[in-house]
Amino acid sequence: MFSFCSDPAALDGVNWLSCYLTTTKHMQLYYAVATVLLLLAITAPAALAFGFGGAMAARSHLLPIRWFGKSYISVVRGVPDIAFFLFFVIALDQGFEWMRHQVLCPDWDQPIRQGNDFVVCQAAKLPLGSAPQWVHETYGFFLAVLTFAIVFGAFAANVLFGAMRAVPRAQMETAEAYGMTRRQSFWRILVPQMWVYALPGLSNLWMVLIKATPLLFLLGVEDIVYWARELGGTVNPRFTEYPHGDWRMWYFLGLLVFYLGFTRVSEVFLEKLMIKLSHGQATTGGEAQRKAAA
Amino acid sequence: MKKLMLTTAALALTTGFAMADTVRLGTEGAYPPYNFINDKGEVDGFERELGDELCKRASLTCEWVTNDWDSIIPNLVSGNYDVIIAGMSITDERDEVIDFTQNYTLPDPSAYLAASAGVDVKTGVIAAQTGTIQASFVAESGATLVEYATPEETVAAVRNGEADAVLADRAFLAPIADDDAALELLEQMELIGGGVGLGLRESDAELKATLDGAIQSMKDDGSLNALIDKWEIGVTF
Repeated sequence: MFSFCSDPAALDGVNWLSCYLTTTKHMQLYYAVATVLLLLAITAPAALAFGFGGAMAARSHLLPIRWFGKSYISVVRGVPDIAFFLFFVIALDQGFEWMRHQVLCPDWDQPIRQGNDFVVCQAAKLPLGSAPQWVHETYGFFLAVLTFAIVFGAFAANVLFGAMRAVPRAQMETAEAYGMTRRQSFWRILVPQMWVYALPGLSNLWMVLIKATPLLFLLGVEDIVYWARELGGTVNPRFTEYPHGDWRMWYFLGLLVFYLGFTRVSEVFLEKLMIKLSHGQATTGGEAQRKAAA
Repeated sequence: MKKLMLTTAALALTTGFAMADTVRLGTEGAYPPYNFINDKGEVDGFERELGDELCKRASLTCEWVTNDWDSIIPNLVSGNYDVIIAGMSITDERDEVIDFTQNYTLPDPSAYLAASAGVDVKTGVIAAQTGTIQASFVAESGATLVEYATPEETVAAVRNGEADAVLADRAFLAPIADDDAALELLEQMELIGGGVGLGLRESDAELKATLDGAIQSMKDDGSLNALIDKWEIGVTF
């Protein structure tokens, strides 16, 4: 990066450190930070959408839809995350490839399952075997977002389901008395009021989601914890220009600061949101605001 | 040289359609000198040079992928990459699930790295990486086995006293012992495994034949031995 970095062995102190911290390998760590933030930014709304859909399904008047919603919530919440991330993703990927195989290669005569192997025709591969590496990485990232959204969506569905039931019944009765249809009272009365009940549970989920990002490496996405371990590990002079001992402690300390800082910022933001949502609500929080204003 | 070009040409003809596509090589990237991530963040090491040379000889377009050791076989059989090139020893258990090419290193004795020479490897606490031949060896030897997910952690366990010694490939441990005065290699070695080979899907017979031919041609002209010497992997062919 800097011009004086050409011979790291001759450097010491700050110069050495500034060269060390700007190696291409370290750049990948910084890039991984952006990956994690991007994943959170996409996953959080996606999980919320899955959760909303799950909660709506679980409240449905049609029995099969209700069953679907309830079983989604309880099955996914019950399966350990690590099992979900190890096996579900491979199954999901194979599911996509199987569907493409059926469409794209109808005259394929070999079995798809050959012993342990999963063999589809080249054209059905996802992404194509000849695709550049970034396509593979983006696809892996997409699978990660989907899996995170499904897992956290189930928890969010449970929170939202509870929050929808917590809205005072009197509010809904009033809506019905005004002649609103079921759909109207749901969207106009229930949904706007339920968030204040859902937020404590959802904020918990958000905190857990922030900390769950190291599971990314199980999906082949190189996240910050992977790079911290890789960069912090002892490196022998034979294999690097910047040999050092076991520095994982310092890297993990950096991660600790990052995660703590991130959760603190989230807390402040969520607190502000809670105050905004409580405004005018028939809850203790809303009541306290009314009294303070009066 | 002429013969070599002929064999490569013959191979290229017999495996016609496999040539068109990129072959993805999966490695761990945490096991120097076999494979590791260099300062540029690229896969480097003995297997990087070997893999690139094999691809050149077999006229394949190759792409490097890193994958966690734990899930390296499941991801191969489900088709996320086509070849495992990660210092993986050929064993019967693995051979039931995947196929191996011929070995590209001879069975290299596994060594113990310990903090002191007086460690009893039959009764002590021995660290090894999960899912390696060394781990199953220790499990059967009567010593207490502690397993870690990465090679780095097995060595760290010895440094901080959690384990008495670590059992791993000698080529991996030797540079660590050279660099760190507090650690030493024990006299005792264990001969386990059948050498290191490329792992492939059992259904990929053509690719296996191609790579087998390429490895053979590197063995024949001595370039494989030169690589083994360069990276101090162990005994040459």
